[in-house]
Amino acid sequence: MKFGVVIFPGSNCDHDMIYVLREIMAQDVVELWHKTTDLQNVDSVVLPGGFSYGDYLRSGAIARYSPIMDKVIEFAKNGGFVFGICNGFQILCECGLLPGALLHNSNQKFVCKNIYILPENNHCAVNSSLDLSRALKIPIAHGEGRYFAPDLELIKMRQNDQILFRYCNDFGLITEEANPNGSVENIAGVCNEIKNVFGMMPHPERAADDELGNTDGRLVFESLLRIMEEKRVSSYN
Amino acid sequence: MSEMKVTLETAEQLGLEPQEFEKIKEILGRIPNYTELSIYSVMWSEHASYKNSIKWLKTLPRKGKYLLAEAGEENAGLVDIGNGLACAFKIESHNHPCAIEPYQGAATGVGGINRDIFTTGARPVAQLNSLRFGDINLDRTKWLIKGVVKGIGDYGNSFGVPVVGGEVYFENSYNTNPLVNAMSVGIMKKDELISAVAKGVGNPVYIVGSSTGKDGIHGATFASADITEDSADDIPSIQVGDPFQEKLLLEATLELNQTGAIVGMQDMGAAGIICSTSEMSAKGEHGMKINLDKVPLRQHNIEPFEILLSESQERMLVVIEKGKEKIVEKVFDKWDINCVIIGEVIAEDRLYFYMNDRLVADVPASTLVLGGGAPVYEREYKKPAYYNEYKKFSIHSMPEPDDFKKVALTLIRNPNIASKRWVYEQYDTMVRTNNMSTNFPSDAGLVNIKGTRSALVLTVDCNSRYVMADPNKGTQIAVAEAARNIVCSGGEPVAITNCLNFGNPYNPEVFWQFVKAVKGMGKACRKFGTPVTGGNVSFYNQSSIDGKVEPVFPTPTIGMLGLLKEKNNHMTMSFKNKGNMIFLIGRSQNDISSSEYLVSYHGIKESPPPHFDLDFEHKVHKVVMDIIRFSLVRSAHDISEGGLFITLLESGMPGCLGFDITTDAEIRKDAFLFGEAQSRVIVTVAPSRETEFIDFMLNQDMPFFTLGHVTKGDCRVDDISFGFICDLKKEYDQAIEKYIEG
Repeated sequence: MKFGVVIFPGSNCDHDMIYVLREIMAQDVVELWHKTTDLQNVDSVVLPGGFSYGDYLRSGAIARYSPIMDKVIEFAKNGGFVFGICNGFQILCECGLLPGALLHNSNQKFVCKNIYILPENNHCAVNSSLDLSRALKIPIAHGEGRYFAPDLELIKMRQNDQILFRYCNDFGLITEEANPNGSVENIAGVCNEIKNVFGMMPHPERAADDELGNTDGRLVFESLLRIMEEKRVSSYN
Repeated sequence: MSEMKVTLETAEQLGLEPQEFEKIKEILGRIPNYTELSIYSVMWSEHASYKNSIKWLKTLPRKGKYLLAEAGEENAGLVDIGNGLACAFKIESHNHPCAIEPYQGAATGVGGINRDIFTTGARPVAQLNSLRFGDINLDRTKWLIKGVVKGIGDYGNSFGVPVVGGEVYFENSYNTNPLVNAMSVGIMKKDELISAVAKGVGNPVYIVGSSTGKDGIHGATFASADITEDSADDIPSIQVGDPFQEKLLLEATLELNQTGAIVGMQDMGAAGIICSTSEMSAKGEHGMKINLDKVPLRQHNIEPFEILLSESQERMLVVIEKGKEKIVEKVFDKWDINCVIIGEVIAEDRLYFYMNDRLVADVPASTLVLGGGAPVYEREYKKPAYYNEYKKFSIHSMPEPDDFKKVALTLIRNPNIASKRWVYEQYDTMVRTNNMSTNFPSDAGLVNIKGTRSALVLTVDCNSRYVMADPNKGTQIAVAEAARNIVCSGGEPVAITNCLNFGNPYNPEVFWQFVKAVKGMGKACRKFGTPVTGGNVSFYNQSSIDGKVEPVFPTPTIGMLGLLKEKNNHMTMSFKNKGNMIFLIGRSQNDISSSEYLVSYHGIKESPPPHFDLDFEHKVHKVVMDIIRFSLVRSAHDISEGGLFITLLESGMPGCLGFDITTDAEIRKDAFLFGEAQSRVIVTVAPSRETEFIDFMLNQDMPFFTLGHVTKGDCRVDDISFGFICDLKKEYDQAIEKYIEG
């Protein structure tokens, strides 16, 4: 599969994402500079974490106006897989590809640590292969990660299986104590209605390398890849 | 030239000594104008010239088998780490700005040290920091720590370099004047080193990065004066940081380095343009003609001397090979960063600064810099009276406590011992996916070098209470502990960088502390084979306590680089399994001197440093290295603040495992549990390797003792339970948060 990792000025998880996709998942990866409008025929676009444009205004608020974003939106509208992590998630919410918004953490502090998330269902590419009873240990690192969506939107998202992951404790229990940032309903990741655009605050790419002693994040990429492969096979048929 | 009349009084106002003013007149053959005088005042300040310290710094060992550049040769120390790679690393203080504006002070400290690394061509891969604050109960301390931690976090998190280690101490001597020492570590290909040099007549000189404003004028001079109650008036001396701009500058610089167009480059830190133009010129034995009106400015009405001295952040001076201008401009255009030619390299040892074709300053570059014309002083020093007083302390004057559990709990909640979680969770510790300590904590931070079999092993250490008690021995201990942390993580100590934080050097008793500390550091570094690759001196750190001005505890922070040549030998500090045997390597002593226990429980601050013998320490390192190499142990953790009991707790907490140990009848129980005698390491051994471990140790001529075994969670000493590890962990984790946020 061919992945395109978008690099905005201020992206700082781009190298990590490229390393995991290329070296660990053994996929083709191209770097997509934010000023370009050529997506180079990638199978999937990834928006990595970081502080695009410094995030001085509001996380992701400026990046969504980068030239490449029009193409990413078009790609998504045509059914292409778009995966945003952390700042990438924030950008996808800012440009309207994903519902909801990411607010300042409830304690107003940046937080970086290992947390646990539980896949909500197996209906989306990034959680399709995951064990619903097993909590994944994945790091977070953000100051604006408190997911919020209005009640009506949440009801719609629940009915349509758009909630990908919820924060939980190491036993897989979704508790208030396990919510690291005050996200509504412990939501850690969501997708759009047609389930081809995904966003999550935790960093699966930080939990994919054996040498760092935690590979739970790799399961998320494996899940996505399996669906991408299936989709390719079915499109050939 | 400037109209303003310059007199001795003007010079003194700028912090120059009368004899320095005479020397300037002699060099120029005339009275300097105000711009020139400002130039000398910053370049000859302690911060830029090391005039009071260089004589002693030169006594430190500076050669070693792994060194690629000696101290002072480049912007940071450079070490060969194998696989064709080099590591650049350095530590620097930003104490004075933090005392006044903790958020920006800390942020720009982080920015400055990272620029020092990437200006050599290395990509920063890890950061560490050493922070010292006053009494944690004071509102001022809470304000300072919140600001400093947020400043470090906001800058480093955005810039995208993980914090992999650090230390935080609270001690009254830092009430007014906190210490904020930031270290950065970078990696590059050996042949991609960029030198801080200007040469090649006619080569263009570029300024790249942020525009220049009035921030930080005379910052170097400010850093070279006492912090007083009026220091808040110096707020214009504080710079403002922009991590986004720094991130762009990093990427653009490294991209530019690939083009081969760079002749030399230096970041602009203290003393701004004047510092980089003079240091690069002096090093290349050339000069420069600079048009200050070409410098991109962020405001109007900036005087030439302000442009020269401005410490606006996120800027670099780059000398480019003539004819390659287009290449350079293309790279900076891609990253949307300012990139402007402001002058050219000339043959003579001269810096000519013009403003709209008017010559505003004309000085010989070599006369400004360390090793050139900058003055060098020998300061007088005198042994302070307290030194002998401290030595009179005897453990026998201290009663043993009745309730050891109570002591243990007090220590767990002691802010110098308790978890620094509240601090480090505000830092991104995992970006760049190279931190091997996240899931496997060790005594030092481990940074994976992807695609190789090795990892960097990094630590910062200094117990300044020990240094206060005996600067020579205390500094040896700081080096020893750093090396011990690296050894316990499976690494080999390689080299150090240092940040020497002291009081006013004109105070002979302070200067005595400085001299003794440097001597102790040299001795220990020679023993461990860890040369000094550079660092920074910060004098004039003092606090006003009860109306009396007191210097801070002498604090020679040691930043040590180690190498783990084989990642499989990564050793962690955490207990692995119930039933593993716990051993002590080294010897318990009847010693509670300078321990947190003595200070916080008995309230005794005057005592010598804890027991320490440099040769014995070195032997412990050799033994620990071997038992790790032979895979005889499951965990290794050195004994430091809080003593053996706290060490066991720290090993138990990551896996929520307890311990059951027996004390030694020969040693006082408080000394055994809470004493801080050095050169001791706690290891655990799997039952299957126990015989092999014991056989090995018996051949080592090294004392070792069976303490007990790892339990499922109960923490027991001499058959008495001190509580369950998970409950104790909660206390340990939450103590600092409770102090700071109530």
